[in-house]
Amino acid sequence: MEAFDLSVIWAGIIGLGVIMYVLMDGFDLGLGILFPFAPDEGTRDVMMNSVAPVWDGNETWLILGGAGLLAAFPLVYTIFLPALYLGVFLLLAGLIFRGVAFEFRFKANTSKYLWNWAFAGGSMLASFAQGAVVGAYIQGFETENLRYVGGALDWLTPFTVLTGLGLMAGYALLASTWLILKSEGRIQDWAYRITIPLLVTVLVVFAIVSVWTPMIDPMVRERWFSNLSVIWLLPALGLLCAFQIVRSVRNRFEGMPFVATMGLFVFTYLGLIVSRWPYVVPPDYTLWDASSAWQSQLFLLIGVLFVIPIVLGYTAWTYWVFRGKVREGEGYH
Amino acid sequence: MDLDPLFLSRLQFAFVVSFHAIFPVFTIGLASFIAVLEGLAYKTENSVWVTLSAFWTKVFAVVFGMGVVSGIVMSFQFGTNWSNFALATSNFLGPVLSYEVVTAFFLEAAFLGVLLFGRDKVPAGVHLFAAVMVALGTFISSFWILSANSWMHTPAGAELRDGFYHITSWSEAIFNPSFPYRFAHMGLASFLTGSFVVAGVSAWYLLLNREVEANRKALSMCLWLILFLAPTQAVVGDFHGLNTLEHQPAKVAAMEGNWETQSNVPLLLFAWPDQDAQSNHFEVGIPGLASLILTHEWDGVVPGLDAVPENEQPPVGIVFWSFRIMVGMGVLMIIAGLVGLALRPGGRLYETRWFLNSLRVMSVAPFLAVLSGWFVTEIGRFPWVVYGEMTLSEGLTPSLSGWMALVTLIGYAAVYAAVFTGGTYYLFRVLQAGLEASVEESFDIDHDRPKRPMSAPHVSFEHEPYPGEQGGNTSYQGGH
Repeated sequence: MEAFDLSVIWAGIIGLGVIMYVLMDGFDLGLGILFPFAPDEGTRDVMMNSVAPVWDGNETWLILGGAGLLAAFPLVYTIFLPALYLGVFLLLAGLIFRGVAFEFRFKANTSKYLWNWAFAGGSMLASFAQGAVVGAYIQGFETENLRYVGGALDWLTPFTVLTGLGLMAGYALLASTWLILKSEGRIQDWAYRITIPLLVTVLVVFAIVSVWTPMIDPMVRERWFSNLSVIWLLPALGLLCAFQIVRSVRNRFEGMPFVATMGLFVFTYLGLIVSRWPYVVPPDYTLWDASSAWQSQLFLLIGVLFVIPIVLGYTAWTYWVFRGKVREGEGYH
Repeated sequence: MDLDPLFLSRLQFAFVVSFHAIFPVFTIGLASFIAVLEGLAYKTENSVWVTLSAFWTKVFAVVFGMGVVSGIVMSFQFGTNWSNFALATSNFLGPVLSYEVVTAFFLEAAFLGVLLFGRDKVPAGVHLFAAVMVALGTFISSFWILSANSWMHTPAGAELRDGFYHITSWSEAIFNPSFPYRFAHMGLASFLTGSFVVAGVSAWYLLLNREVEANRKALSMCLWLILFLAPTQAVVGDFHGLNTLEHQPAKVAAMEGNWETQSNVPLLLFAWPDQDAQSNHFEVGIPGLASLILTHEWDGVVPGLDAVPENEQPPVGIVFWSFRIMVGMGVLMIIAGLVGLALRPGGRLYETRWFLNSLRVMSVAPFLAVLSGWFVTEIGRFPWVVYGEMTLSEGLTPSLSGWMALVTLIGYAAVYAAVFTGGTYYLFRVLQAGLEASVEESFDIDHDRPKRPMSAPHVSFEHEPYPGEQGGNTSYQGGH
């Protein structure tokens, strides 16, 4: 029974890590996606300054999630990574490039354009790869005897390309609504202008994915069209969030578009979990199949329960200190 | 030619880990040096210590940043290339490696920010405490990593059931037989690396007549450390070798180039090991010395490579020569310490240009020693990934094909080359700006974040003249 409890606790911790990561690194990756489309260099400075104090902490969650997976659900780690081999490389290469570009752009004068490209390219690559990972998870993995036995490019299908592009649009939407909150004047006007087209793109992709998934997977169809009708609340709430984004952008509210976008992400995420629960390596292995020994889960849990409040507190403090608008010409050079 | 995923994966891991290792091995030593400087600043209120500490903290920030970035890839490689190994050992390696991450996070969130940006914001005692905790944190991180690595060499406290290791004793697994030796050997290596880099950079500044008082103090401190630590490292290394002889005799045989189990084994100064012929060409050695070192008797019997089947032998040539490079560097380090002592009377130490110039060159010696040492220990355990229990080929990801491994090998090499050319170039910019730039800087709350250690040095990426530069402007110009 001990094993049962710990696996669920660990699923909660890693689930929290994933959504924290998606929401927080999402908007700063999104800024990288919007970077080439920004009207001018002044806007780019404001975009970068708006996340400079926080993006570092955002990526913390990815690493915590990754390390936690090996310790708590090793099977997820040892099937996802081989199956997504080339995607993982693109993801890491993208994250490294954008991270380094972020630091050096602030210190650069004549070489600034170079770091602009590295930041935008790295952000796009990493976002696409993350979206494709989500798609690959929905798609499921070919396994045999606890090993991945599929091919190197099984993860790259029209479906995962769609989820990859969809997440890029979603991150861009998070970024544009974040920018509404953090900027003013002509930069804010630009952010308002691009938000609705981005939302429409995201909703179109979500709609296609929602129709496509039950078609490719009978288990998902069963889940959604059985008696468990309460789960239909999730897409309903998601749509309500989308409606809120439109309404608040029309009324030029500043905070609501970002909050509603986060809501849209959370309900989509919960919908995804509900579709697959309790399978963590679809279609074959559940949470409990993927668990490590309960002593190992317990051993790490002690350290993690100690460090999570510190990371959360540090994160909250940082966002509090850097609340308010970012103005042009402020902050850096 | 067939692309062998096993060989390419080994090459990839070796490349990434070698690239990564040079950063932490330096920051661990440097963190302790900074803690000592902070302690001296706290006790004596001499501003020289503050100047030194502020400067080396900036260097620490840049190198720490590069270490973190290069380490991220490694935490995924266990899964991408070695998934069978990761799955089988996950009950132990999962929590242990995660604890390293947890330690690093705790360190960053709580203390690194105070050390990097808090000098004038918090009481001096708190700043000193943060410096000590950062130094301690780097040690705790290496504790976990070396425990995991040592366990792979000398697995203990676990039993293999149905393809999974199950932990029977956490303390036996964490403190496995080779761990104390490896930890001591690496700890000293870190201190020596920190000492030689600081000594080399200080020597360079002294040659340019920059911040003479502070740099003399730094140089003197480092040379005292080197004088005592370099010989100590030789002794600890010897104990580590004896421990290896007990648990991994084939590795020691490869280090010595000793093909046959025999008594009166010579210590080879030169040889060309030939794996196919199972013997050496051009041997030059001191009779009986290897027997004496390894068994403490002139005619002691030392196991040779013939003690294991040929397909369980490590590649002898590279282990043999890596070991000699490591030892050679160690000898140079001991000599550097002694020469430094000889030059102390009358302060000739600070003015002897050939010595200062050789110290500049010696900055790379500890890095060479550490890398060749790791080549010895890691290549020397071939063909095992968990020694004596799981081979590298059993640990490989089954779905991995040669071209996948090749694509990512080239990819990571390209990414690292690009990123670290930038990083190293920037590090040299910080070194050029020097101690003078560290004095007048203040904390900038919009800019400086502890999780972004590279935000600490306010030095421009592009080249600017530095004091003493050939043909450059000799007056210092603020770099920000």
